[in-house]
Amino acid sequence: MLFTSYAFLGFLLVLIPAYYLIPKRWQWPLLLAASYLFYAAAGIKFLAYILVTTVTVYAAACLMEDNLLRQKAYVKARKEELSREEKKAYQDSQKRIRLRWLTACLLLNLGILAVVKYANFVISNINGVLSAFSGAGRLSFMTLALPMGISFYTFQAIGYLVDVYRGTVPAERNLLKFGLFISFFPQLVQGPISRFGDLSRTLCEPHTWDGRRVSFGLQRMLWGYFKKMVIADRVLAGVSTIVGSPETYGGAYALVGMLLYTLELYADFTGGIDITIGVSEALGVVVQENFHRPYFSKSLKEYWRRWHISMCNWFRDYIFYPVSTSKPMQKLSKFTRRRFGERAGKRVPVYLSTFTVWLATGVWHGASWNFIVWGLANWVVLMASEELEPLYGKFHGRFRVEGKLWYKIFQVGRTFLLVCCLNLFDCYSSLADTFSVFASIFTTGNWYVLWDGSLLGLGLSMLDYGILAVGTLAMLSVSLVQRSGGIRERIAKRPYAVRFMVWYGLFLVILLAGAYGVGYDASQFIYNQF
Amino acid sequence: MKELLEILNDLHPDVDYETEEHLVDNMILDSMDIVSLISEISETFDVTITAKDIVPDNFNSAKALFALIQRLEDED
Repeated sequence: MLFTSYAFLGFLLVLIPAYYLIPKRWQWPLLLAASYLFYAAAGIKFLAYILVTTVTVYAAACLMEDNLLRQKAYVKARKEELSREEKKAYQDSQKRIRLRWLTACLLLNLGILAVVKYANFVISNINGVLSAFSGAGRLSFMTLALPMGISFYTFQAIGYLVDVYRGTVPAERNLLKFGLFISFFPQLVQGPISRFGDLSRTLCEPHTWDGRRVSFGLQRMLWGYFKKMVIADRVLAGVSTIVGSPETYGGAYALVGMLLYTLELYADFTGGIDITIGVSEALGVVVQENFHRPYFSKSLKEYWRRWHISMCNWFRDYIFYPVSTSKPMQKLSKFTRRRFGERAGKRVPVYLSTFTVWLATGVWHGASWNFIVWGLANWVVLMASEELEPLYGKFHGRFRVEGKLWYKIFQVGRTFLLVCCLNLFDCYSSLADTFSVFASIFTTGNWYVLWDGSLLGLGLSMLDYGILAVGTLAMLSVSLVQRSGGIRERIAKRPYAVRFMVWYGLFLVILLAGAYGVGYDASQFIYNQF
Repeated sequence: MKELLEILNDLHPDVDYETEEHLVDNMILDSMDIVSLISEISETFDVTITAKDIVPDNFNSAKALFALIQRLEDED
């Protein structure tokens, strides 16, 4: 059930009124039933995957917490009898038991994800090696469909499990409430990857009808539909044409494709998250923001603090910090410090941990070498920026450019272009195509296609380009206004006629300029495939 | 505390660590700074800071960080 389908709108038209009409104690069970119905609509067999994750993570978390409570009770009861060493030995032995539960559950759930998402990628690489050496011994591919949102709900479940292991959140004792945390339908498609401590605050609480909150939720959804249907789905035609034939569309075409894809990705992903947050808001559930005006970033490092925030924080908290503070890494740091000096000792944990994170981020995005190289390219740029930081400092000190508007615009433009270039790995299906297309931008010299009408042969008419230009300006304007406060709150203070014009106008724009209609096949959200 | 302030000043000399209480919330310290800091602290104070300890409350000020180091020293 796509967010952009009539079925989904019908689903919400039944769910939202029912949610506020039934007794409040039945609200969260209704959300759970609705979430499983939503998931089953993508394929009833996929329910088995999400149920296995739900039950195993629920059980492991309860077992770990039970063990910790028993340990505390045991130590408390024998406070006088146990020596400091005995107490520590007992606590360590119990911690090892909890670690075993954690490891077993992680292996099971990451194993499921690895098999359904990466098995064929591994098989294809093994086949490549086998055919290179012997020309025989081909392994056959597996025929497993990828369950919807598996990367998102698996990561969300793992985050919860690690938090319970660390003792930062209590284990949820109600299996059904935990089931809702994993399967809450607005965020199943493409995240955000919520933390239990954040989402559980409002997910199972009773909610009273609040007209302002519900209308704010619907307004956020409308803005999301505008981005997705008027911009992302429109630009898709041009991107598909250019990316589909890299040998035909090189040079200036590739540059246009790169910019159009960056526009599509932004409108598609932020639009989808707007719908997610809007639906949740209408239901009284607070879902964390996933973007913070990413294209206003002045560096790639800043961009990754503002884009797909929940995923970046997940990798930071559950991979980057554990790897960088692990005993082997600390030993390596000390060894490097002694052997190669303080500077190298400081850098080793940072460089190796960020390498691990970006490798994992690339792998998470998809089973292909393009995504892996995309992740590592991000790592190279980030580490190069770290190394060049003193040089930047000298430059800023010498020319006193920092803080000046023109220099900020330059930094924002530079970061935007860098992100566009990195996005090329996401566009093309092979590394060879990606590199040759990127090189063609500088070597082909077919700049005349930008003004001789050739761009009208990409599946986009002059009207489409006009709508895209106005739509992009609208998104940019909203982002600029948001810097000094929420736009919905501002509009809500205006007279009724103004509010009506804004929201009804936006609704009409989606109706008239949205890429849909008879025979139109609403496209899937890009991040749904991850 | 003096040694800790030296480590912090080495990382960001332009910050007044005596008064700043939102080092993480105000994005003065990012994740890479925190990892460098942990490496320095473990070398200087011989304590083990784990991922569980990396929460804004422990890193938002020099005072909070020093309290964490003292707590870890006591545990050891």
